[in-house]
Amino acid sequence: MERIILHSDINSFYANVECLYHPEIRDLPVAVGGNPEKRHGIILAKNQKAKEAGVKTGEALWQARGKCPGLVVMPPNYQLYLRFSRLVRKIYNRYSDQVESFGLDEAWLDVTASARIHGSGLAIAEKISRDVQEELGITVSIGVSWNKIFAKFGSDYQKPNAITVITRDNYKKIIWPQEVGDLLYVGPATKKKLIKYGVYTIGQLAETSLDFLVLQFGKIGAVLWRFANGLDDSPVKSFDEHYNGNERILKSIGNSITTPRDLKDLKDVKLIIYMLTESVAMRLRETGCYCLTVAIHVRNKELHSFTRQQKLAKPSNLTREIAEAAIALFEKNYDFSSDIRSMGVRVTDLVPDSTPIQLDLFGNEEVRVRQARLDETVDDLRKRFGNLALRRAVTIGDSMSGLDPKKDHIIHPIGYF
Amino acid sequence: MAIKKFVQVIAKFEEDGRIIPLQVLWEDGRVFDIDRVLDMRPGVSLKVGGQGIRYTCRIQNKEVCLYYEEPKWFVEGKER
Repeated sequence: MERIILHSDINSFYANVECLYHPEIRDLPVAVGGNPEKRHGIILAKNQKAKEAGVKTGEALWQARGKCPGLVVMPPNYQLYLRFSRLVRKIYNRYSDQVESFGLDEAWLDVTASARIHGSGLAIAEKISRDVQEELGITVSIGVSWNKIFAKFGSDYQKPNAITVITRDNYKKIIWPQEVGDLLYVGPATKKKLIKYGVYTIGQLAETSLDFLVLQFGKIGAVLWRFANGLDDSPVKSFDEHYNGNERILKSIGNSITTPRDLKDLKDVKLIIYMLTESVAMRLRETGCYCLTVAIHVRNKELHSFTRQQKLAKPSNLTREIAEAAIALFEKNYDFSSDIRSMGVRVTDLVPDSTPIQLDLFGNEEVRVRQARLDETVDDLRKRFGNLALRRAVTIGDSMSGLDPKKDHIIHPIGYF
Repeated sequence: MAIKKFVQVIAKFEEDGRIIPLQVLWEDGRVFDIDRVLDMRPGVSLKVGGQGIRYTCRIQNKEVCLYYEEPKWFVEGKER
């Protein structure tokens, strides 16, 4: 039986929730933006009016104000957005138990089995659209198709508050003429490469020979070819509705931060690395894992960035070992040719912390055991008295010392694969 | 312009988990009995900006919308 997949995307999510709660700004161009003083001053979302004025997500607030002088910028209120995201999800769950969230504002629904109760895919999409608008006062765009990729394409095709049905009869007319960059997972680099080979549209990608794509792009070439031909058969993963966002197998844990001021020397960098690692290592221990690899991410003030990673000698969840590895990585790979704007620490290759560890003759395992006990105590104190109750001495006496990456960290959309 | 007016509410908690408001206590001490709840469903107040369970109530022969926006209750106030 042919599947019926819906992809629903909340229109201008953050901006429209703000408009709902602030009737006085509803008819003005509105954007949700970060705090420029903390150097988080970019546009996170904008409403239709601001969009028409040319405001783009991701640009700096001053750029946006230049294009749109009357722009109202609201600070983000994540608690409120999380609440709305949950409420929207609850509505989806009325029509299917198979709902896969993709970030806070997007989700796939497999409604194949509910079609007999609620009617066709289009009928269900109309019901969802109506429920969301009546009960939550925001709008969604929904794409209906037989696979996840085309459903997502449909929800992007018409906005806002629209439903697009993509069938086997019309997909060549609707999707194939579109730019190849509009396909999920064709980013700027892949797009450039495809254009080099004369592939400008999704249709041309679909008609390119599979062997050629695999030769040029490797595994992803085959995936993209299947996407373009509507052959994607990846299932909508169904989750318990009480979980939100973290129900997949973890592949890595990381925190990153754009610091309130540029980092000028190793002392600054150490401070930030320790601060980030405290959060990363604590989260690692909470999930009951060791990591085998530590990675850092550095972006300088010219916005050039790089990532470096390194294997650890032994699986570890010790804050100190991870931080020292991160600092060593940094020292090996950066010379302060330019000041640093943002940094990240990430651990990957996670294994359960019940994994036996190969000991060695010359290392001192006792120190590591003691270190682990110390970390455990610190975690415990922080759980009881807050993440800033106990801090490393290196982080004291600096304007950046009050940052709390663990508490402030936000869930981002997870990759498709 | 209508304002979001948070109010005190006396409510009954049913065995099945439903919450039925019985009285609204106004800030000046007046007590309004809710004669009947005509409708309850999730809803938004576009007038004052809010979202919650919307109870359409009959109070003194008038229809009033009372919202339960967890954990607070509000009505669409007239002042200003």
